[in-house]
Amino acid sequence: MDMNTAHALIRFGLGRRGSEDLPADPKAWLARQLDGPDPYLSLPGPSTADGLTALQEDRRDPNKEPGKRRERVRELFQGEVATLANHVLTTPDGFRERLVWFWYNHFTVSLRRGECTGALPGYFREAIRPHVTGRFQDMLLAVMTHPAMIMYLDNQQSFGPDSLVGQRQKKGINENLARECLELHTVTPAAGYTQADVTSFAKILSGWSIEINKIPAGFMFRRFAHEPGPKTMMGQVFTEGEEGGRMALSFLAEHPATYHNLATKLVRHFVADVPPPAAVAHIASVLHTTKGDLKAASLALIALPEAWQPLTKLRQPQDYVISVLRALDLPADKRPPNLPGIISGLGQQPFAAPLPNGWPDTAADWDGPEAILRRIDWAYGMTGRAANMDPDALAGATLGPLLGETTKHEMHRAGSRRDALALLVASPEFNRR
Amino acid sequence: MSHPSMRLSRRSALLGLTTAFTLGRASLALANAATEQRFVVVILRGALDGMAAVVPYGDSALTELRGSLLLPEPGRDGGLLDLGGFYGLHPAMPAMHQMYTQGQMLPVHAVAGPYRVRSHFEAQDYLEYGSNHALTSGWLNRAATLLPATRGGTETALAVGTSIPLLLRGQAPVGSWLPKTNGRPEPELYSRMLAIHQKDPITGPAVANGLKERGFTEATLSTPEAGNRYAFPALCASAGKLLAAADGPRLAALEIGGWDTHAAQKNRIGGTLKQLDDGMASLKAGLGDAWPKTVVMIMTEFGRTVRVNGTGGTDHGTGAAAFVLGGKIAGGKVLANWPGLATHNLFENRDLQPTLDLRSLAKGLLASQFNLDARAQSTVFPDSAHASAVPGLLRV
Repeated sequence: MDMNTAHALIRFGLGRRGSEDLPADPKAWLARQLDGPDPYLSLPGPSTADGLTALQEDRRDPNKEPGKRRERVRELFQGEVATLANHVLTTPDGFRERLVWFWYNHFTVSLRRGECTGALPGYFREAIRPHVTGRFQDMLLAVMTHPAMIMYLDNQQSFGPDSLVGQRQKKGINENLARECLELHTVTPAAGYTQADVTSFAKILSGWSIEINKIPAGFMFRRFAHEPGPKTMMGQVFTEGEEGGRMALSFLAEHPATYHNLATKLVRHFVADVPPPAAVAHIASVLHTTKGDLKAASLALIALPEAWQPLTKLRQPQDYVISVLRALDLPADKRPPNLPGIISGLGQQPFAAPLPNGWPDTAADWDGPEAILRRIDWAYGMTGRAANMDPDALAGATLGPLLGETTKHEMHRAGSRRDALALLVASPEFNRR
Repeated sequence: MSHPSMRLSRRSALLGLTTAFTLGRASLALANAATEQRFVVVILRGALDGMAAVVPYGDSALTELRGSLLLPEPGRDGGLLDLGGFYGLHPAMPAMHQMYTQGQMLPVHAVAGPYRVRSHFEAQDYLEYGSNHALTSGWLNRAATLLPATRGGTETALAVGTSIPLLLRGQAPVGSWLPKTNGRPEPELYSRMLAIHQKDPITGPAVANGLKERGFTEATLSTPEAGNRYAFPALCASAGKLLAAADGPRLAALEIGGWDTHAAQKNRIGGTLKQLDDGMASLKAGLGDAWPKTVVMIMTEFGRTVRVNGTGGTDHGTGAAAFVLGGKIAGGKVLANWPGLATHNLFENRDLQPTLDLRSLAKGLLASQFNLDARAQSTVFPDSAHASAVPGLLRV
């Protein structure tokens, strides 16, 4: 394996799976993964409507006793997690999958709000995956109209004070979704918006709600909850109604500050904890000239010379666990059964980021002493399932030229194959991406 | 095979076995046969320093070679346990010494397999294949195929631990079961982890501080960890009970790591030897009335250098020590054709010269325990005609 291939697999992908075929041209291989629809979408799984209906059925079950009450949401979600776990461990399209998780983290919906669970599979399938190689504007709209995001950031409880419902029930706006959309998803405070802009945007989005009792359940614009009249945000006037919200999102999606935000996060994720300014400027300009074409931005990432420099980033726990398991490529009956549980044990409970800003993306956020020791302990435990593998062969297959002399030396001095394997997958090299 | 995991979980619940699997580098695999005779092989992974376990204190060259590692001679404070005037057993092994005095333990010295490699992995493979090249099965499994099968047939073999050792892999069915927890590495592996992370700007400080926070110091990193101290004996106790059961398995492979003492050997090896010693005492206790029907063979992939290296340890060598235990073993003496430690007697001027083929020892034990004839022995150990079975290993 040459250095570029190793980088393509590790920096941009999920790590090599066992001895899967190596690409002849690493950059072309990455680019090809962005063609066509996400292969995951051909796997059967629940839609958003399925998830919301399941939620409603669970809520209506009069039996509230644990173990006896309906748990349709839990079953539905665990089914999807099993599909996802198998996918991340076996997909040959690691780059596309990394982008999916990048964008999901950008638009975090966390299970710390339990009612979002049922709609989360549909959120990935309908709001995130279809747009990873599409336009940012379309992804933003899909996210902001998705029941999972609306529930997560309370927008179904946001009522224009002068709307019919607001007047009758003395209810007002909830700024949560509007504020996080400005601060995290699009322009960021760098754009210089004010509290008045946040309030105004919240009014623009008032009435963006969900309908859970009808089939199919899903997004619903509730006119009687919507603040009447045109509104001004960041110097722009937006008309009353659902259309005003769509226009506001278009405006935000194409704002230069948004492109800068996205470029910074992409470069931080795929290149370095401290994003090189030139690389950020380049990705931002690609987004600008293509009006937010995320496929073009992803291709531009691959083309950055900075993206082929030595690896400096620390794999996050999820990324680390997946890459170890892909490397070991255990037969299905020997794989650990609870992938989310393992990743949680290493400090990154999947789908459950603490806050709407998602998981942090620098080494300093993940390199606590106990956190790294837990990786070592887990790696040691896991290699017990693979103790008959050849450590040198595995090192060559997964790290290739990235394996350092010190690690190689200690592997050769190790007292057993299992110890050598543990040293390999717990090594600093294996923790890099 | 049908559901070995189900069988094991039922059995393990009965025996309280599940608690034994918070293990470091200990594991157990089992196979059945329609016989009352039991056969246990213990693999010491990482290369036991035979000259530290069974010390030839009567060899006049020893002091110069091993001065800094030597313990007092038998009879002195903290001294070796006497094995008949020339050899002494490490004082961390009182239970095995007691078996010796009862004539139920036979130390074997200057022994080695047919291979002359000093790579742990290759040597362990060959040790388990019973050959100096790769085969498709381990020798204990081939022995199992020669024994009468139980009526239960294929469903009756089990392995515990995370994977089946090569020794017991092959045609005879062996099940496997994955414990929920896999334990933590032993201090020696942590110290290697520290070495590979030390210079890394991100993980280096994390590993160093993490070990410190967990209460490791440089001193504790060179002694065996308390967490694993009970694992191997507990596993041995369970193995003994399983083997003792009327419908239980008859063959077992146990393994225990922690022997690769490249540094600070004097501090490190006592604890690991004590685990082994406690384990053998537990195995014997677990076997109970089946002890006289049991043969235990303890072996390692190779010995270690006769000279001390620059870090107070020893490096990969050749001639090793082994042990044979059991109620009917003709023990109470040391089985060795001692090659001597004078420079001209050493193998490649660095290692103990092997004078006994490990396969001869294993053949002798299998022959006495299961009445395997020469032809059957050559099925277990192919191409070993010149390594004939050691006679008289069992009392009749």
